[in-house]
Amino acid sequence: MKYIEEFRQHDLAQQLSAAIGKAVKPDRSYHLMEFCGGHTHAIFRYGVQDLMPPNVKFVHGPGCPVCVLPIGRIDNAIALVECHDVILCTYGDVLRVPASGRRSLLKVKAAGADIRMVYSVRDALRIAQENPGREVVFFAIGFETTTPPTAVAIRQAQAEGLGNFSVFCNHVLTPAAIQNILESPEVREMGSVSIDGFFGPSHVSSIIGSRPYEFFAEEFQKPVVIAGFEPLDVMQSALMLIRQLNEGRFEVENEYTRVVTREGNTKAQSLVAEVFELRRVFEWRGLGLVPYSALRLKDAYAALDAEKRFDTPAIAASDVKGCECPSILRGVKRPVDCKLFGTVCTPENPMGSCMVSSEGACAAYWSYGRFRRPETASRESVA
Amino acid sequence: MGAESDCGESMATVAPGGVRKVVLPALVDDVRVDDFVLIHIGYALNRLREEEAERTLRLFAEAGLMAGEPA
Repeated sequence: MKYIEEFRQHDLAQQLSAAIGKAVKPDRSYHLMEFCGGHTHAIFRYGVQDLMPPNVKFVHGPGCPVCVLPIGRIDNAIALVECHDVILCTYGDVLRVPASGRRSLLKVKAAGADIRMVYSVRDALRIAQENPGREVVFFAIGFETTTPPTAVAIRQAQAEGLGNFSVFCNHVLTPAAIQNILESPEVREMGSVSIDGFFGPSHVSSIIGSRPYEFFAEEFQKPVVIAGFEPLDVMQSALMLIRQLNEGRFEVENEYTRVVTREGNTKAQSLVAEVFELRRVFEWRGLGLVPYSALRLKDAYAALDAEKRFDTPAIAASDVKGCECPSILRGVKRPVDCKLFGTVCTPENPMGSCMVSSEGACAAYWSYGRFRRPETASRESVA
Repeated sequence: MGAESDCGESMATVAPGGVRKVVLPALVDDVRVDDFVLIHIGYALNRLREEEAERTLRLFAEAGLMAGEPA
């Protein structure tokens, strides 16, 4: 595939690995947080950690939309199907996330509920058009990448007067989550989590641009490099972060210039601004209540807002006992530190959201990390 | 990327790895046939700038060359 294969070349990876080995100072460590689950998977799938010197560590962040969705919101979605007899449409990963009472949307579907897995919000619109006698709710999740398509669908539904379509909005914002991590006691008080720099997300940044990160770099004095999703992108970005740290700089640099600009996709941004507004606060799994971190539909689109159309009370639900997803999402623990990892919790039978999603850290460790060389693993646990 | 039209809505055909797929280019202005686009959940999110892709590949090669130089 053009512009994919070139960014996975073996010989260039070896050369970049050597360049990074040469750039690092032996007397310090480099803890680099990849915010985005797409990067976590690139790192594991291509063995990028093993191409790094021992003092360069990847810290996995919360940028996995399914992982950060609190259980209460899935309980809400189940109630929409069971109490209001709606057709519920959502993306595949959401179906398998454990809800309260050992249930999940997939189990509720198996018991007969009309829950449909869709690839795109356009499919949910089509289902609403084809079922005029049924209420169709799109369970919208995701960061700034999935939000613009939801905005397009909402505008289309309103233009068409599609009276049976609504959106249960769970769209969340990357900058608010990064700020929350940087302000958390674990990071601030130099305790359990050490973060020296950030890999900025690829697809999210293609929409919001590199400008929103300038505040963090300056305020928290941490370098940020926007990185593409391919293994060579991650390695080059690691090299750029290491150089910044060596030189005492904390700037926003952009490795993914083929898609990301400073301004981002302004057309998508204005569509989102037209349809959505900030929530004062939203609950994230792992991060708790994060101010101004999520979106809801504006009043002009209230008729399409499932939260206004149906009863969706705030539900306080706790994670499965022993599940370390909340700590893993904050970078405090690694998947292998969880007692459930690989024993009772596997992708086939996930106990926590991080094992469910194709972007979750536990799923990445399980799929690619559990066969890593023992000496590498022990070296990592000592560091 | 190729062009298509469906009931007045602009559509685009993409073929990543030879797999044909119809996506909506509604979020990107001025996309043309043969452009490379970043696609996500049935939408084109952004155009890929080929000259920047080539420039990044050159950066990788340069970093590799520097690794080969004596310290």
